[in-house]
Amino acid sequence: MAIEAWNDPNARPMVELRGLSKRFGDVTAVDGVDLKVFAGELFAILGASGSGKTTLLRMLAGFESPSAGQLLIDGVDMTRVPPYERPVNMMFQSYALFPHMSVAQNVAYGLKKEGVGKAEIADRVARILDQVKMGHLSGRKPAALSGGERQRVALARALVKRPKLLLLDEPLAALDRKLREHTQFELMNLQDELGITFMVVTHDQEEAMTLSSRIAVMNHGRFEQIGTPEAVYEYPGNRFVADFVGSINQLEATVNRVDADRVLLECASAGCEMEVVSDAAPAPGSDCWVAVRPEKILISKAPPETGRVAVKGVVHDLGYFGNLSIYRVELPTGHMMKVSAQNRQRSATKTLEWDDEVYLSWEVGSAVLLTD
Amino acid sequence: MKGGVNTMGDGRRRWLRWALVTPYLWLLLFFLAPFVIILKISMADPLVALPPFTPLLDWAQQGWARLHLTLDNYLFLFQDNYYVMHYLGSLKMAAVSTLLCLLLGYPMAYFIARQSGRRRHLLLLAVILPFWISFLLRVYAWMGLLNTRGVINTVLMWSGVIDEPLQLMYNDFAVYLGIVYSYLPFMILPLYARLERMDHDLVDAALDLGARRRDVFFDIILPLSMPGVIGGCLLVFIPAIGEFIIPALLGGADTLMIGRALWDEFFINRDWPVASAVSVVLLLILVLPIMWFQRIQSRDGVGVRA
Repeated sequence: MAIEAWNDPNARPMVELRGLSKRFGDVTAVDGVDLKVFAGELFAILGASGSGKTTLLRMLAGFESPSAGQLLIDGVDMTRVPPYERPVNMMFQSYALFPHMSVAQNVAYGLKKEGVGKAEIADRVARILDQVKMGHLSGRKPAALSGGERQRVALARALVKRPKLLLLDEPLAALDRKLREHTQFELMNLQDELGITFMVVTHDQEEAMTLSSRIAVMNHGRFEQIGTPEAVYEYPGNRFVADFVGSINQLEATVNRVDADRVLLECASAGCEMEVVSDAAPAPGSDCWVAVRPEKILISKAPPETGRVAVKGVVHDLGYFGNLSIYRVELPTGHMMKVSAQNRQRSATKTLEWDDEVYLSWEVGSAVLLTD
Repeated sequence: MKGGVNTMGDGRRRWLRWALVTPYLWLLLFFLAPFVIILKISMADPLVALPPFTPLLDWAQQGWARLHLTLDNYLFLFQDNYYVMHYLGSLKMAAVSTLLCLLLGYPMAYFIARQSGRRRHLLLLAVILPFWISFLLRVYAWMGLLNTRGVINTVLMWSGVIDEPLQLMYNDFAVYLGIVYSYLPFMILPLYARLERMDHDLVDAALDLGARRRDVFFDIILPLSMPGVIGGCLLVFIPAIGEFIIPALLGGADTLMIGRALWDEFFINRDWPVASAVSVVLLLILVLPIMWFQRIQSRDGVGVRA
């Protein structure tokens, strides 16, 4: 998105959740969440199974009614509006295509229920099927389609209604890996073309990162962090987000002293003093964690240049993936660090071997200080 | 090595052939053979003898066998409207009972199919449970409930709702009640089997696309459960049309059902040939809906299943 609407205090949200909750008996699936999603966004809700993300999606679609809170779509309160009266459509994880109807009948169904005229239905169905490149199979029954084709029909069936908001439940989960990448970009292009607001629910962080304009990381019915993929990845707000999105090394530490934006720590996991850049000024003596992404760490046999945070260790494991190598390095304290290194130089022999003594180093600004 | 594999394959194939042939043998022995016998009797003339009908082959003339076949019994059936009225009565009884079973059974089957795990199994068990008691006993139990000094009348009289006992038995009402009660499980089970397999996301998807609850039922749920509807209807309709015990025990003198006419012909009039003709015509009436069902089933097999 060219303009980042979420940074504009005057922007009117397309979807707004205010303290939305859903309880099933004693279980609180969604626990008072607030959220604003803006027109044209491709917003991802990322969470493990049981995090409440599916319940949240079903409340947006109108299949579940909230226990508390409010849900607004384009400024209109939709909290108690039934699904058939919402300007929202959903693409189901199972695709939920009607097995007794042809592709064209499936896509036309929503328009028929809306009372659209016959000629217009035919026209709109043909157009959307062409858009998802399924025009040539419009007479087929869903049973005679491949997984990828079904996904396109499901998408067309939801989009043909021109909803204000399209919900996608694990849109790529049922596709094989090759098809996934391709579909992912198609989905983004389609969203860009139509300008419809998309909300995607997924447990796959890679899917969330590549697809979306912003991500909400969900856990135990709450949002742990909401932000752009870059912000969530590079500036995780807490240990859960840091761990859930990508992989990360977390080092236990205690604050020694704070000097402007520099925090000096006693790192128990590494067994040495360490410096981190952070705006949060934690109290001296408090516990915290230093988090470093594996790719931010430089691994070398020679001591690194000064000015970098450095620890010594021994190569415990290494894995060669062609484009990169993954190392597991054991620090003298026994703590295991994960390091990934791009294989920039072409070489048939390994530069590092098992049990090599190495230095791990990173720029002071590359590590994140986490307090909870 | 190769030979060993082959003999094993042959053994399996032989076993498979037997497994396929056995049901056909069963049908041949217990369905086709009796049918041929009945067909033969229906074309004989009645006799006051044992057995009470003329033999198929007549040896009377100098060692020549004469084939003795007549269609008189079939013509007799349509000489007056006695049998026609009984056939029509049975058709009406069976059709109305089937419709009642469908109207009662569909919501029950849907409800059971929508329950989760344990509850669903318990409810399903409750549907099948009556089969553990003899059919005849259950019909007798209804007599105990319905007669003028039965449980229902006693309770109603005692509570002062009525002054005189209601005539609940020996009429068409009691026959409908008995048939619907007895055959309801045969409606519920195929419907349940169909509805249970249906992906509930389809209902959500239809709602999401703008369908009201009513539309969802008629556009999605009903068409997808149609094989179950047809299967259930035939399972109720076919036995109901030839039902004898329920009208005999619960029905009145004016209850027209072909099962009773058949019984009277066999055991009261001892006119086996006419009785056989009655049952052959009944079979023809039943074969038509079965063939129709077979066609629907085979069509469904190609199209709908995902």
